[in-house]
Amino acid sequence: MEQIKPKKITLNPFEKVVEKLYELFDNNVLRYSVLITMTAFLVYLPRASSLFTQEIMTNMFFYVVVCLGLNIIVGFAGLLHLGYAAFFAVGAYVTGIMSATYGINFWLTLPFSIVAAIIAGLAIGAPTLRLRGDYLAIVTLGFGEIIRITVRNVGITGGAVGLIGIERPVFFGIVLNQISHFYYMFFILSIIAIFVSYRLYDSRLGRAWQYIREDEDAAAAMGINVVTTRLSAFIIGSCFGALAGSFFAVKMTAISPDSFMFIHSIMILLAVVLGGMGKIPGVVLGAIIVTIFPEISRDIGQYRLIIFAVILLVLMIYRPQGLWPDRQFQSTKK
Amino acid sequence: MALLEIRDLTLRFGGLCAINGLSLEIEEHSIRSLIGPNGAGKTCVFNCLTGFYKPSSGDMLFQGASLINKKPHFVTYRGMARTFQNLRLFKQLSVLENVMSGMHCRTNSGFFSSVLRTKGQQAEEKHIREVAEECLDFVGILDKKHHMAKNLPYGDQRRVEWARALATQPKLLMLDEPAAGLNREEKARLIELIARVRDERKITIFLIEHDMSLVMKVSEKIFVIDYGTKIAEGTVREVQDNPLVVEAYLGKEEQEDAV
Repeated sequence: MEQIKPKKITLNPFEKVVEKLYELFDNNVLRYSVLITMTAFLVYLPRASSLFTQEIMTNMFFYVVVCLGLNIIVGFAGLLHLGYAAFFAVGAYVTGIMSATYGINFWLTLPFSIVAAIIAGLAIGAPTLRLRGDYLAIVTLGFGEIIRITVRNVGITGGAVGLIGIERPVFFGIVLNQISHFYYMFFILSIIAIFVSYRLYDSRLGRAWQYIREDEDAAAAMGINVVTTRLSAFIIGSCFGALAGSFFAVKMTAISPDSFMFIHSIMILLAVVLGGMGKIPGVVLGAIIVTIFPEISRDIGQYRLIIFAVILLVLMIYRPQGLWPDRQFQSTKK
Repeated sequence: MALLEIRDLTLRFGGLCAINGLSLEIEEHSIRSLIGPNGAGKTCVFNCLTGFYKPSSGDMLFQGASLINKKPHFVTYRGMARTFQNLRLFKQLSVLENVMSGMHCRTNSGFFSSVLRTKGQQAEEKHIREVAEECLDFVGILDKKHHMAKNLPYGDQRRVEWARALATQPKLLMLDEPAAGLNREEKARLIELIARVRDERKITIFLIEHDMSLVMKVSEKIFVIDYGTKIAEGTVREVQDNPLVVEAYLGKEEQEDAV
């Protein structure tokens, strides 16, 4: 067997800058002051911006939530999922049906949305336990389409027309019907999603997902139950999606099968891959780019999607690991 | 009673018989080696024991309880840890995180305690970290705990795998060709490490090895298999003098066993 020489770790100038920045942000005071400034800015934004901006920002926060949900499945656990839109369709339709058809209070539909998400997560996770990579991608793709075609052809979901008249939620006596209300709602949701993602990432469960992603057999040999760990990734990822879907339904007040097309699954996956799979700030950045770029480049007109596609191609060729840079040496604090 | 007992183990892949009626016993606190020519079925024995393969017939008893139809993670939980012939580290993760994986089956915090970061979860995380650091210290690479696993030199990666297996707190440590790819100096350290694991940690060791000089130095008793059948067992001297072994193994290969 050949002898493998020790690798010397050398950093290029870009990595050196990144490493310095990471070191800089190890400083708690600086980190928190930057975070607080950003939060304050985002809280203030609706007062100083147009409805159009608020709408885009709301959409962006929605994407942050669903991207972080998909990131648990694709980024943390390494399970390629091409039908994620189906998960938020599940949440949206549970809330939609309960609210529009039976007039149930929005907040009471959320637990049912979660239950439906758990069932959906199991439904896609359990039969695909032995599948990896491309095979899994094809099954999840089919799953996404099955859900969409089912809601299109079933009476209770309103068929191709969809559901209309989903009631606006009431929050401490305030009817949430302004775009700024939904801006804050999705802002809070995305903060919760980021928080939960970070906590999971640095936990026994989060590490188990990563061990499985890196090497499933070695993970099993280290005593990790591959079956339950994989299923939990599907279930938790699906809950993120379904909750976002429920809030999406009350924001739109009308949903139809067209809101959950394959292209949405792809855009979410794109955001995750673009930012950097498994890296939380990277995924947030990906979500921001995917939602903001097509809007700010509207002036370019019909070529904007082509330009977007070219930028994506170039990025994926030169930075396949995603935009967010990796740290070469971990923080020595812990 | 023996710690591990294999009775009449048979493994078939279609018409091919990889293991054929193998029986052996491993006593507690011993160091045992399994040797045999290439393709003799050594790694298959390990894969059966750790639940990666399902044996066609026979029985395997660990501390008196059968391992038949047990999943790999359960086997590890019962107290058997293994290393792999080709390194199987979690390459993109840090050395410390690699070793922390071993503690997974000894801990149990889940989704809610992780998100809420309960007191119990925090204490558990601290414990996991301490055990992992202690294991890294034992194999002598604690100073590299924050490096990414793939950035370590080969010899150190081997040691990470050791530490990871030790972190599962096993009773039996199974090593699949631990000396593969190591240089002379690293092999000497490996021999010392094997002895230390047994003496200081009271862990029984079962190893597969090609490097005859290493096997001769560390093991107290050797099992020789060929074509999935045990052809000899005994001390180094007994095995060396066994004509069957000489014929099956030593006779057909060069004396200085080049791996």
